[in-house]
Amino acid sequence: MKPVVYLAILSAVLLTTALLSLGVGAVTISPGRILQILAARRGSAVASTELTIIWELRLPRLLLACFVGAGLGTAGAGYQGLFRNPLVDPFVIGASSGAALGTTLAIINGWQGTFLGLACIPAASLVGALAAVAIVYGIASVGRQVPIVSLLLAGVALSSLLGAIVSLLMFLHEEKLMTIFGWLMGSLSGRGWAALWSTAPLILIGSSLLWMHSRALDALTFGEESAASLGLGISRLRATIVLSASLITAASVAGGGIIGFVGLIAPHMARSLVGARHARVIPMSGVLGALLLLLADDVARTIVAPSELPVGVVTALVGSPFFLYLLKTRQRELGVGT
Amino acid sequence: MNAVRAQDITCGYDQRKVLESLSLSVIAGEVLVLLGPNGAGKTTLLRALARFLRPMAGTVFLEDQDIWTLGADAVAQRVALMPQSERRDWPLTVEESIQLGRAPHCGWYSPFNAEDCRIVESALASTGLLELRHRPITELSGGEWRRMVFARALAQQANVLLLDEPTAGLDLKYQHEVLRLVCDLAKNRNLTVVVTLHDLNHATLYGSRLAIVAEHTIVAVGAPRDVMTVDLIERVYGVHVTIVPHPIYGTPMVVPLIEKGASKKESDSKKGSDPLVISSGSDPFFESDPARSENGQS
Repeated sequence: MKPVVYLAILSAVLLTTALLSLGVGAVTISPGRILQILAARRGSAVASTELTIIWELRLPRLLLACFVGAGLGTAGAGYQGLFRNPLVDPFVIGASSGAALGTTLAIINGWQGTFLGLACIPAASLVGALAAVAIVYGIASVGRQVPIVSLLLAGVALSSLLGAIVSLLMFLHEEKLMTIFGWLMGSLSGRGWAALWSTAPLILIGSSLLWMHSRALDALTFGEESAASLGLGISRLRATIVLSASLITAASVAGGGIIGFVGLIAPHMARSLVGARHARVIPMSGVLGALLLLLADDVARTIVAPSELPVGVVTALVGSPFFLYLLKTRQRELGVGT
Repeated sequence: MNAVRAQDITCGYDQRKVLESLSLSVIAGEVLVLLGPNGAGKTTLLRALARFLRPMAGTVFLEDQDIWTLGADAVAQRVALMPQSERRDWPLTVEESIQLGRAPHCGWYSPFNAEDCRIVESALASTGLLELRHRPITELSGGEWRRMVFARALAQQANVLLLDEPTAGLDLKYQHEVLRLVCDLAKNRNLTVVVTLHDLNHATLYGSRLAIVAEHTIVAVGAPRDVMTVDLIERVYGVHVTIVPHPIYGTPMVVPLIEKGASKKESDSKKGSDPLVISSGSDPFFESDPARSENGQS
């Protein structure tokens, strides 16, 4: 099948899933009724509980799930291509640990108010993620070069350090333990339109930047010398990819906390459907990531109703076995066999 | 006319100098073979010529422009480097990989046009890869992969090809297949080729000129007959050799000797005479044959 067909089919599946998801929850609403409510203006005169549920609770949360999932998918695809390594996820060079530390500090110090239109905690996680990536990039660079292995090693080392600091802070502030824990496990609950407006644009910008550099990413997989021989400026390209992918990751974390596995799995599924070219893999990973996180969030908010699971727990519980299954059955298509 | 010219270049990595005040002119349309022992700096020289490594001193000229005053993409339209090895762990297909050779011309953002597709098609055909076009490059054999990289360089439509050991790791058939392909295409498309090889006899068979890289510079450059002398080879490689004409083509063939001193005697006795007219028969390598079996047993 043609890649465009796959993309079209999956986009249709995503739309349908989204529509059905809006009806699922404590109050079940039929798809027909949902369409009516969506057609009615937000906050229109005819106030009804269903209208509020859809417009104020489920729709912003659903859109946030889609954007965060798409962001994690595209960022994962970008990093996997940059590192030529299918085991890499969007958090590989320290974004998650930076975000975790930022969040922890914000919660412990009880920071209030808003920053860049973000509530304090998401803002702190955004800043933490970007700062951690910047430090890793700075440490790994030698002159104007940034060797890939140094980047990975610096990421692993800094993540351990930041992780230890977070653990220490949690130990010292036992009273805030559950709040911090809730964030670290990833959750989309209770986020409104504001969270969407402050993360979606960053994710869109970052993903577009990544997608624009698809062909250069393809060439970079041949290694530096060959890519340079094709006229690519390696250092600038790497910086652009890292910056775009980190921006997306940071925004995703700000939107939904630390949600694992989506960014690892979505690019794998995308490649097994449409091949290795980034021009196809990146948008495909976005659609698949959105679909995965949407489904995971549906499960998270319904399976133990009226209570909720953190969505990060669902993605890990479902994602890991699925990834192992993919690994076992399709090594060749994943490009990790042979 | 010179396609590429290195003038007094000193190159190296960090503080270590690999090449010192080296000069070399590559004539347009020739196949110039770089020879020399491991670590002599052949790859470094190619990298400098490809604008991948900036010389510490001296200048590389592409035709008559300093290569570092040109942009990377401008150089990529005119010079293609085929490195000794490259990463092949991303499962792009053969065709997709070769298409990337068009990037220096059509850019990194706009889609490939009909002309690009035609050129890729011709590169696939010239290298016999039409049937493998949809195969992921992670699944290619060594020979197929070399051909893919070569096809990508052809799609790049550069008129200067820099090939770093294109025969490494290939069996006899593919070694000659690759070299023949390079020479045929160089001739048909009027390309200038600089190629590093380890096999001296491949060099004399396929090269229009040879350059020997040793002692941080080029110690000899010229036609195979002029460069391939017993003294020079022994000095550069530290191996005793004799040189005989190729039985069919008459090009010089370098034959290593195992017995110490055998060639010394040979070169003494034939002093002043053309080493190329040494004929086999009473030749030292027949005498040294028993020596080899003795060595093998001891």
